[in-house]
Amino acid sequence: MTPPTHWDFPVELCCRPMAFVTLTGLDVVYNAVHRAVWDAFCANRRADRVPISFKVLPGDHEYPKCRTKRTSYEWYIPKGILKTGWMNKHLNLVPALVVVFYELDWDEPQWKEKQLECATRVEIVRQSLQGRNTKVAVVLIQKKTPLPPGEDVIASERAAALCNACDLSGKSLFVLPHTDHLVGYIIRLENAFYEHAQTYYYTEIRRVKSHKEFLNKTTHQLLFVRHQFKIAFFSELKQDTQNALKNYRTAYNLVHELRAHETNILEIKTMAGFINYKICRLCFQHNTPLDAIAQFRKHIDLCKKKIGSAELAFEHAAWMSKQFQAFGDLFDEAIKLGLTAIQTQNPGFYYQQAAYYAQERKQLASMLCNHDSSVTYPSPDPLETPTGVLDFYGQRPWRQGILSFDLSDPEKEKMGILSLQLKEKNVLHSELIITLLSNAVAQFKKYKCPRMKSHLMVQMGEEYYYAKDYAKALKLLDYVMCEYRSEGWWTLLTSILTTALKCSYLMAQLKDYITYSLELLGRASTLKEDQKSRIEKNLIKVLMNESPDPEPDCDTAAVKASQKLWADRVSLAGSNIFTIEVQDFIPFVQCKAKFLAPSFHVDVPVQFDVYLRADCPHPIRFSKLCISFNNQDYNQYCVVEEAYQKSDILEQSSQGTMCLVPGKTRKFSFKFVAKTEDVGKKIEITSVDLILGSESGRLIARKVPNISVQLRHEPPALTNEMYCLIVTVESHEETVAKDVKLTAGLKPGQDANLTQKTQVTLHGTDACDDSFPALLPDIPVGDLQPGEKLEKPIYIRCGTVGARMFLFYISYLINTVVEGKEILCRCHRDETVTIDTVFPFDVAVKFVSTKLEHLDRVFADIPFLLMTDILSASPWPITIVTSQLQLSASMTPVDQLESYVGNVVLQTGESASECFCLRCPPVTNASGVATGCYVISWKRSSPVESVPVVNTIITLPHVIVESIPLHVNADLPSFGRVRESLPVRYHLQNKTNLVQDVEVSVEPSDAFMFSGLKQIRLRILPGMQQEMLYNFYPLMAGYQQLPSLHVNLMRFPNFTNQLLRRFIPTNIFVKVRL
Amino acid sequence: MSLQGDLSSPQNYPLYIRSVPTENELKFHYTVHTSLDVVDEKISAMGKALVDQRELYLGLLYPTEDYKVYGYVTNSKVKFVMVVDSSNTALRDNEIRSMFRKLHNSYTDIMCNPSITRGQDPFQAFDTMVNSMMMQVC
Repeated sequence: MTPPTHWDFPVELCCRPMAFVTLTGLDVVYNAVHRAVWDAFCANRRADRVPISFKVLPGDHEYPKCRTKRTSYEWYIPKGILKTGWMNKHLNLVPALVVVFYELDWDEPQWKEKQLECATRVEIVRQSLQGRNTKVAVVLIQKKTPLPPGEDVIASERAAALCNACDLSGKSLFVLPHTDHLVGYIIRLENAFYEHAQTYYYTEIRRVKSHKEFLNKTTHQLLFVRHQFKIAFFSELKQDTQNALKNYRTAYNLVHELRAHETNILEIKTMAGFINYKICRLCFQHNTPLDAIAQFRKHIDLCKKKIGSAELAFEHAAWMSKQFQAFGDLFDEAIKLGLTAIQTQNPGFYYQQAAYYAQERKQLASMLCNHDSSVTYPSPDPLETPTGVLDFYGQRPWRQGILSFDLSDPEKEKMGILSLQLKEKNVLHSELIITLLSNAVAQFKKYKCPRMKSHLMVQMGEEYYYAKDYAKALKLLDYVMCEYRSEGWWTLLTSILTTALKCSYLMAQLKDYITYSLELLGRASTLKEDQKSRIEKNLIKVLMNESPDPEPDCDTAAVKASQKLWADRVSLAGSNIFTIEVQDFIPFVQCKAKFLAPSFHVDVPVQFDVYLRADCPHPIRFSKLCISFNNQDYNQYCVVEEAYQKSDILEQSSQGTMCLVPGKTRKFSFKFVAKTEDVGKKIEITSVDLILGSESGRLIARKVPNISVQLRHEPPALTNEMYCLIVTVESHEETVAKDVKLTAGLKPGQDANLTQKTQVTLHGTDACDDSFPALLPDIPVGDLQPGEKLEKPIYIRCGTVGARMFLFYISYLINTVVEGKEILCRCHRDETVTIDTVFPFDVAVKFVSTKLEHLDRVFADIPFLLMTDILSASPWPITIVTSQLQLSASMTPVDQLESYVGNVVLQTGESASECFCLRCPPVTNASGVATGCYVISWKRSSPVESVPVVNTIITLPHVIVESIPLHVNADLPSFGRVRESLPVRYHLQNKTNLVQDVEVSVEPSDAFMFSGLKQIRLRILPGMQQEMLYNFYPLMAGYQQLPSLHVNLMRFPNFTNQLLRRFIPTNIFVKVRL
Repeated sequence: MSLQGDLSSPQNYPLYIRSVPTENELKFHYTVHTSLDVVDEKISAMGKALVDQRELYLGLLYPTEDYKVYGYVTNSKVKFVMVVDSSNTALRDNEIRSMFRKLHNSYTDIMCNPSITRGQDPFQAFDTMVNSMMMQVC
């Protein structure tokens, strides 16, 4: 028997090669001690244990014979690249090390006999390994715990003797005391074994390498590859993966250097595939995934075109598919071990490509293997080999080991190909493809590729369809359809629908069949007219309870089966009412429903139109059109029904109201009287039952209210004032309007903050607080006689500026007569008004010095002025009732704080200012001192006394207080006269706790003569002041500059004259002498 | 040699698809559709970066066995996708980029054209441009 497929990778290739060590002399069945030893070796092998594969063999086991060493390669012609048994041989048959277990204690009384027996056992093993480099080691299983090395003299003597007898080096003799610490001993033992094994593989590598020099390029090309492969494989066994990778890479290049011909291309490809697999695997293992990908790409590019025999082209596709699948598996495995993949580079792409080649294989197979059923499988079977297996990987069983490129036996070749083709015929391709596709789907799902996933699912669905599993196909296709529909890819959707229609036809799934037909007939479908026409005819057949014609390109056997199903279904008439929701797709009839007005009064019938338009190729006629409403009582009024003959269904008749001609829009008008209980409710068309669904909603309004509502007010509102709004309601009804109720206030549904900051009350005389509501609902007003007028003042307080919508809603009950019926109607009228709220005034506050110069900071203990400025921003005059300055504790007034702006009326743009003289004691707080608040009591100017006064509190800004070392103030008259003495007294006050040296000088001015100390140096004690008296004598009239005083402080060089200027006048007005 | 141009809206429905040669068109439609996965991902990745300075050309979206798929997205999220035969080595990144730019310009011209009325196929002019472009490269 040939292997199931010659492109499948053998297990020995895919496994991780581990050093092979055999254990002999262990009786694991009957001996409990041996059993325990063996269990310690093989059970629970975690990743941290050395990579060895152990096997228990009897002591006299026959190992594979070693062929005699070739002394010369001169006449040797290799028959193939790699023997099929070779890898298995070195993994599982030829050990790197044979361990002989033997029970022997150092104090064994019959030492001599035992030693001899042991030596014999070793000898038997050696015999069997004749010619091989396999190492042999002996393990003595002992009952006693050994003494530390060197202390047991007998032990070391006997150990040397035993080594001698067995011809062993001391390193190959081990002692295994059977005590509590078995696993620990075993781990030490296997580490030693591992070293021996590595030495063995190292010598093997050397041995293979040594052949190289005998080879020549012409006849031994195959051997180059073989040897390179072997070196790499031994390196792997030695766990030297770096060198293994290097050697595999060389081997890979050598494979492609081989002379390729149709006869050996399979062998080359097989080997290339094997080596590539190994390289990629090692690259992933070394965490260099990019190298793996690059190698794989190179491999595919090199091999893609090496198809080989055209008659067996499907083999190549199968091989390609396998390559991609194996790489995908490797990639996926690496990811499971921690590698991260990305959207554009993940195993899914490889599975997808594998699936693609599997599809190609299927196609090729169906083309190449469509033999007549009379063709029988050749006998004798050309795929049989004498041994049952192939000698070399990738060779044809009927011409093994033949290297010639000419076909020696064309007849045999033909039979071989035929047998392969016939075998291929039985392969379940769809199954392979679906498995690969579903692998890919799982990957793409992981890497955020929803569209790729959908695409693959479509392919899976199609594959199920080919595999005649229509139910599964339909399920998959139906699942992805909506994705394509929602993104509007009509070409793709149409293609999917076509397959789905076929599936539903073949399964005789009536409802699905109708649904897909409807969509395929629609506007969005990209089918050709003739196809649409065919589908429409089929649809009508189905609607008339007849079997439809089969879909094109369906499997003939399946069609036969489905025709029977259809026939059965047709006979079961009566169960054929289906409700098909068409909300989600575009069916072949477009529908629009429209109410003639946005709202209808209850005394007027509700009118609406339904427009229908068919997109299908043939005119189509419906038997019934009915409209459903949210209130089902109306449904009965909106039905159009038309009886017609079955045969008429496709007849074009202009008389038939229910016939839709393609491309023409037909209008159906309906009207009905709405019920009074629906007043104020929405009437909604929930569905239009034909085939179509559409929704639209309209409101039924109440009877027209016959009252008027007027609002009188003076906008805008001012912040916090009690804004008065007078609502006037006048009834024009002919009868009494009863139970009139007024709802007034902030219209609901605005910003939530507005609700907090708006209050409404009916009592305007006293200011309302935050607890008042923003909306006053249903204020009873009483009855309104016809023509009666009613006024109601509403007060609104708006706490913040901005626009607000206010709602005034009057409702009342009235008796009215509609079409002879008397109904009691609740009518209402509402009025909304948007009112802006503005600040009544702006208040500006500033600090100035006593010289009215602007201050950005004040000086401790030195009086300054606080100036307030009220600028009216209101369009209406406002009256300032009073104002009050509420100082904080850190400020003290210099004199009485009385209001100067009481009862001032401000027009728009006018302003009222006042000024307060304050002083601030020294503070330590550098960041600023709170000043206090300024309270303005005001109201809208109005002749009515009752307008409540509003208090607006303005928090005054903080001020920075600084202390100065010296304060100077001057006493001088407010003016002088020319040539009249002008006495000026300067007070110098020390504000520090230090004695200060002060230099005072006076600089003369042209306008004055003066007497007094021109320059002086003096001392001022802490807190004391010094007076300087001068007599100025003005010489010129006008606004003259005074002789300037300069003060220089020794301790405070920062104290400049600039600062001084703030406190003392620099100029004075000099009048002429009378 | 085959080449395929495609235009897809911000909502990812196709505005214009054209492929040369026309056989196997469905496969190309699928290729373009699936490539939008990568476009979407790239756009969302870019959204985090500076929006103003972003490059419209998205580069090679992903290589398939036989085709190369390139993407381009305008500021208004209209996507252009181009599928080119892998064997076509004449088309380097720069050529692709300039082709996209041409397409984009042409598209803007069409969108700005006030004389195109409802019901008229707005992509007629676009078609001519695409044709000439395909002539050049195929």
